[in-house]
Amino acid sequence: MAATNAAADAAAGDHRAIGEATDTAPATTTAIDPVTLDHTAAVLTQVESHLAEEIAGLDALDIDDTPRRRLAGLWSSSWPKIAAVMLALAIWQLVVWSKWKPEYVLPAPATALDRLWAMLGEGSTWAMIGTTLRRAATGFAIALAIGTLIGIAVSMSRFVRTAVGSLITGFQTMPSVAWFPLALVLFRLSEGAILFVVVLGAAPSIANGLINGVDQIPPVLLRAGRVLGTRRLTHLRHVVLPGALPGFFGGLKQGWAFAWRSLLAGELLVIIANKPSIGSQLQFARDVNDYPAMIAVMIIILVIGVLIDSLVFAGIERGIRRRRGLTA
Amino acid sequence: MTIAGDLHLAEPEIHVGPGRLDDRPTAVALHNVTKVYRSGRRSVAALDGINLDVRRGSFTCIVGASGCGKSTLLNVLAGVDTPTSGQVTVHGRAGLMFQESALFPWLTVADNVALPLRLRKTARTTRQSRVAELLELVHLTDFADRRPHELSGGMRQRVALARALAQEADVLLMDEPFGALDAMTRDVLHDELERIWQQTGTTIVFVTHNVREAARLGDQVILLSSRPGRVAATFDVDLPRPRRIEERGVSDLATEITRRLRQEVARHGRHERRR
Repeated sequence: MAATNAAADAAAGDHRAIGEATDTAPATTTAIDPVTLDHTAAVLTQVESHLAEEIAGLDALDIDDTPRRRLAGLWSSSWPKIAAVMLALAIWQLVVWSKWKPEYVLPAPATALDRLWAMLGEGSTWAMIGTTLRRAATGFAIALAIGTLIGIAVSMSRFVRTAVGSLITGFQTMPSVAWFPLALVLFRLSEGAILFVVVLGAAPSIANGLINGVDQIPPVLLRAGRVLGTRRLTHLRHVVLPGALPGFFGGLKQGWAFAWRSLLAGELLVIIANKPSIGSQLQFARDVNDYPAMIAVMIIILVIGVLIDSLVFAGIERGIRRRRGLTA
Repeated sequence: MTIAGDLHLAEPEIHVGPGRLDDRPTAVALHNVTKVYRSGRRSVAALDGINLDVRRGSFTCIVGASGCGKSTLLNVLAGVDTPTSGQVTVHGRAGLMFQESALFPWLTVADNVALPLRLRKTARTTRQSRVAELLELVHLTDFADRRPHELSGGMRQRVALARALAQEADVLLMDEPFGALDAMTRDVLHDELERIWQQTGTTIVFVTHNVREAARLGDQVILLSSRPGRVAATFDVDLPRPRRIEERGVSDLATEITRRLRQEVARHGRHERRR
């Protein structure tokens, strides 16, 4: 590939040199015989098939069809993660062995993991995970709808952008806990209060991701769309939205992280009777001094966050990037 | 499309080469087109009294040094920009192709070519057969399902050409479409473009800074002077087709156009010194 390019560059250099020489002294071109062509149909077809061969040859040289090594990639991407988890567990164990805190306050990894294993065998644990994930999904879906609409409005209209553009960034930096007093006043202790905070946590990131994505579309693509005959809505549908997808996806990822954090904060503060959730379970374990259970719930929170990021978001993002040739 | 403005008396044009009787109807006509850009008190004339006549189905090349208003001229022809004065007539729709292929990276080659057809709500089956035809025309049938990033620069420009042809434009405006390609690929694409132009009968207005390219491709070559852009000379090219970039007639013409271009540039230098 590189060699082909180098040769082509050299050819370009030569070509220019010959071109410039002929401009001042035409005699130098006599080295190349002038091609004389007979204009019969036979010759034309011959020229055409020759041209087709030349084209096919150039294309074959230009295309890089080296197969990717997938399995090796999987292993090389997973072993550092496993190593990091082992290291974290080792440090935890060392802290426990150092007797910095008594073991009933800071349990050893084995104790906590035993407890986690036991909890995963109980149906109530899965029910509480279900409640929390349902809230996360609902909140994220509402945030997605609101964030996308705001993002489109801001990126389509200069006026809306000036009006609320910086406000969105302001909302994004606002800690979700700061919304709770208002949420409790508006919705009391209810699902509504939790969703309110989750949506306010995630929607600004999603809107900002879309706005950034639109800003990063190369202007030549916008121009190409117009030239090909897009109108306002078809421009949005065929050029702006697909063009903004990589940036939008970054926003979705960040929005998810904010939604997950806000949700857990919400579940710690807004405890609804008879509806156990991950957050309320965490609070409950602390209240009854069941520290192994508390750490087990924390591990559940961490693992869900990592799994959703790596299975849902990272996978889709990799797909988007690969299709557009953005991967190395 | 007709954009009317103030009319001035035409400036005399210089015609070089054998004048050809051409009775084909006009596809593009510019009459005394002037474009002045104003910023505050300063005003810069990008185009000054341009007269141009492009026959239907012909291949017109526009060459000039920097600042000759090539891009302004194309924008005016494409209807993206309006002239300050003068009259622009383009019979039919104008399509535009740039130096960058400007393909949509999220669409396959076939979907890129299909987009202008989709935008005009062409029926699905018609669309598919038309896309297949166009990909055949640019020799890219085997690459229909590839993404633009998997193709070389020359292949991308061929996809862009197929996409521009899919607009079914009556006049195809090309803005230095091969400027970023290596010489080998460019030469092959000249052959391709000439063949496709002959097969489709599209009117082409091709802007370039490469004099040899203009001599290789054009039925007529328009030389623009710089700041302001004026038509300095018109060359009618009667060389038989298909041509080769290295053939004698092409290099002789290129030499002649370059000589005129250098005169223009030098005149500009004297003008600058006087000021």
